[in-house]
Amino acid sequence: MKSLAELKAIKEKMQSQVGLRTESSADVRVLVGMATCGIAAGARPVLNTFAEETAKHHLNVLVTQTGCIGMCQYEPVVEVYDADGTKTTYVKMTAEKAARVVSDHLINGNVVTEFTLGAN
Amino acid sequence: MYRSNVLVCGGTGCTSSNSEKIIEALKEEIAKNGLEQEVNVVRTGCFGLCALGPIMIVYPEGSFYSRVTVEDIPEIVEEHLLKGRIVKRLLYQETVAEDRIKSLNETDFYAKQRRTALRNCGVINPENIDEYIAMDGYAALGKVLTEMTPKDVIDVITASGLRGRGGAGFPTGRKWSFAAANQADQKYVCCNADEGDPGAFMDRSVLEGDPHVVLEAMAIAGYAIGASQGYIYVRAEYPIAVKRLQIAIDQAHEYGLLGDNIFNSGFSFDIELRLGAGAFVCGEETALMTSIEGKRGEPRPRPPFPAVKGLFGKPTILNNVETWANVPQIILKGAEWFSSMGTEKSKGTKVFALGGKIKHTGLVEVPMGTTLREIVEEIGGGVPNGHTFKAAQTGGPSGGCIPAEHFDIPIDYDNLLAIGSMMGSGGLIVMDDTTCMVDIAKFFLEFTVDESCGKCTPCRVGTKRLYEILDKITKGNGTMEDLDRLERLCYYIKDNALCGLGQTAPNPVLSTLRYFRDEYIAHVVDKKCPAGVCKALLNYHIDPDKCRGCTLCARNCPVGAISGTVKQPHVIDTAKCIKCGACMEKCKFGAIEKK
Repeated sequence: MKSLAELKAIKEKMQSQVGLRTESSADVRVLVGMATCGIAAGARPVLNTFAEETAKHHLNVLVTQTGCIGMCQYEPVVEVYDADGTKTTYVKMTAEKAARVVSDHLINGNVVTEFTLGAN
Repeated sequence: MYRSNVLVCGGTGCTSSNSEKIIEALKEEIAKNGLEQEVNVVRTGCFGLCALGPIMIVYPEGSFYSRVTVEDIPEIVEEHLLKGRIVKRLLYQETVAEDRIKSLNETDFYAKQRRTALRNCGVINPENIDEYIAMDGYAALGKVLTEMTPKDVIDVITASGLRGRGGAGFPTGRKWSFAAANQADQKYVCCNADEGDPGAFMDRSVLEGDPHVVLEAMAIAGYAIGASQGYIYVRAEYPIAVKRLQIAIDQAHEYGLLGDNIFNSGFSFDIELRLGAGAFVCGEETALMTSIEGKRGEPRPRPPFPAVKGLFGKPTILNNVETWANVPQIILKGAEWFSSMGTEKSKGTKVFALGGKIKHTGLVEVPMGTTLREIVEEIGGGVPNGHTFKAAQTGGPSGGCIPAEHFDIPIDYDNLLAIGSMMGSGGLIVMDDTTCMVDIAKFFLEFTVDESCGKCTPCRVGTKRLYEILDKITKGNGTMEDLDRLERLCYYIKDNALCGLGQTAPNPVLSTLRYFRDEYIAHVVDKKCPAGVCKALLNYHIDPDKCRGCTLCARNCPVGAISGTVKQPHVIDTAKCIKCGACMEKCKFGAIEKK
């Protein structure tokens, strides 16, 4: 390594890994239902997509798991809490849908109505 | 890309309570559940709350599991990591509130701390240079080499008000400027990692948890004073620290952050380890350098100071591990950031190793000026088992006691000196009403007698004589003249010993004499040890009203000093009694007392 640019590149590459290790100051929270029903319906790729995409775009968002909220037929269920406390419930999620929620909702602030509980 | 990080403490404290096995079990369970791609297990340095080890934190939730056992691992992995249900039962109970789980920063232990020198300890994997770089590691070295002149660097360090964390508190910037001003074909930068005070482990934790910070800081100092070679003198008794330092040095080499022409700046710097064999005197700067040179670790008179003639006769600076740990952040965040913390003359934070009669044994870092009360009662959780605080010992064998009357004094270099103790490297031993102050003074003197290198007479003979007088007092043979003689000898040694070891060795005696003279007098005049520690001044008695005659004490007495018949009060023959206390421990009725 001979330049500061190389040092910076390593820092950025590693950021997503160590960034998880402080008390989260995030206002926006993404909760992925990871009870048995959620896992069986495919919640894990959804969770991982959220984690990857938010890190890729350097979003200050806490992605974490939660238990069963009781609507097992709609799993995988994802709840997004915005900074103002508004809750959006996305249902029957997939990894592809998760990527859309990140780009449309988390980045641009537009709720993806077609994936929400109300539309399904 | 991991969605979750599990940090397990790999410091010496938690390692000795089996954290290695926990990491193994964790990896096994994670693999069993197919989570290897999603959950990252990181072995970190010390979190500080050693009393509750082994410790494990799961992020992003920030769940703090304490006293984890191998048997708990399957449950934690399946419930928490797979299904996202935090295992409340295994959390550090202080974080469990009725309606929610509190953040670690809200707990008493962490709320008042400001982790600065320890900022990466317990956060990064110390064996992975990339993680250090992710936390702005080596950015300060980059800044120094590309944007600053050596004089700029020294000016920033001077302006920050950073003082030596090894104990004496010499201004770091001034030390560097002396060495920079001396012209020589070769200069050296040394790191004092020969942490020797009984009960102190601040430096070990930094080396184990964040070894790169020391390397980076030494390279910065090398640039500032014009040195190309550094040495870290570390105790061989710190095997984990030694191993991680060596890994760090190798990784830094690989990345070109040590070695020739760093960042294409033309500046070259290298660091080697030197292992100490554990002699206390080798923590003294001249003795340490003599030892690095391959000679017997003995001090030599100063001046000349190391900044003029140090290692191999060349200008040298020597700083303590904790001092180094502050340097890169000062460069990056500025002198004002650092000097905004602390008191007027003592800036920044200080790490203390809490030990003795205290609930939360461990490592804490607080801003200078925090009171002893805050450290002991709020952060440390107070004295356990219903006993009362009597004094705190700082500075190890070189320091003194802070009695309860000074509980609210803001702790900094100057205040501690004014009350007859010293900051020292940061060992803080809490003592309660069951601690005998004469016995404590004797304990520290026994240590210095052992560790005196023998080169100068005041220390070699003087400390031995001090010990003998103290021993005489604890055996009940002391006289009032002995107390005067003790004091005179203390001042004589302080004035005449060659190095810091001897000059400070009488401090434990002087400070206990100053604050607990009545305890000395009780030993001398009344032939009593008020704390009930000094065996020669104690007698065990059986209270006939409380004794039920169960014979348990008689059966446990190793010398057959207890006699009596069943269901009748027993009696101790004080002539035969060896005062081992076995009877008192066994008695179920509290009938045995010592006085």
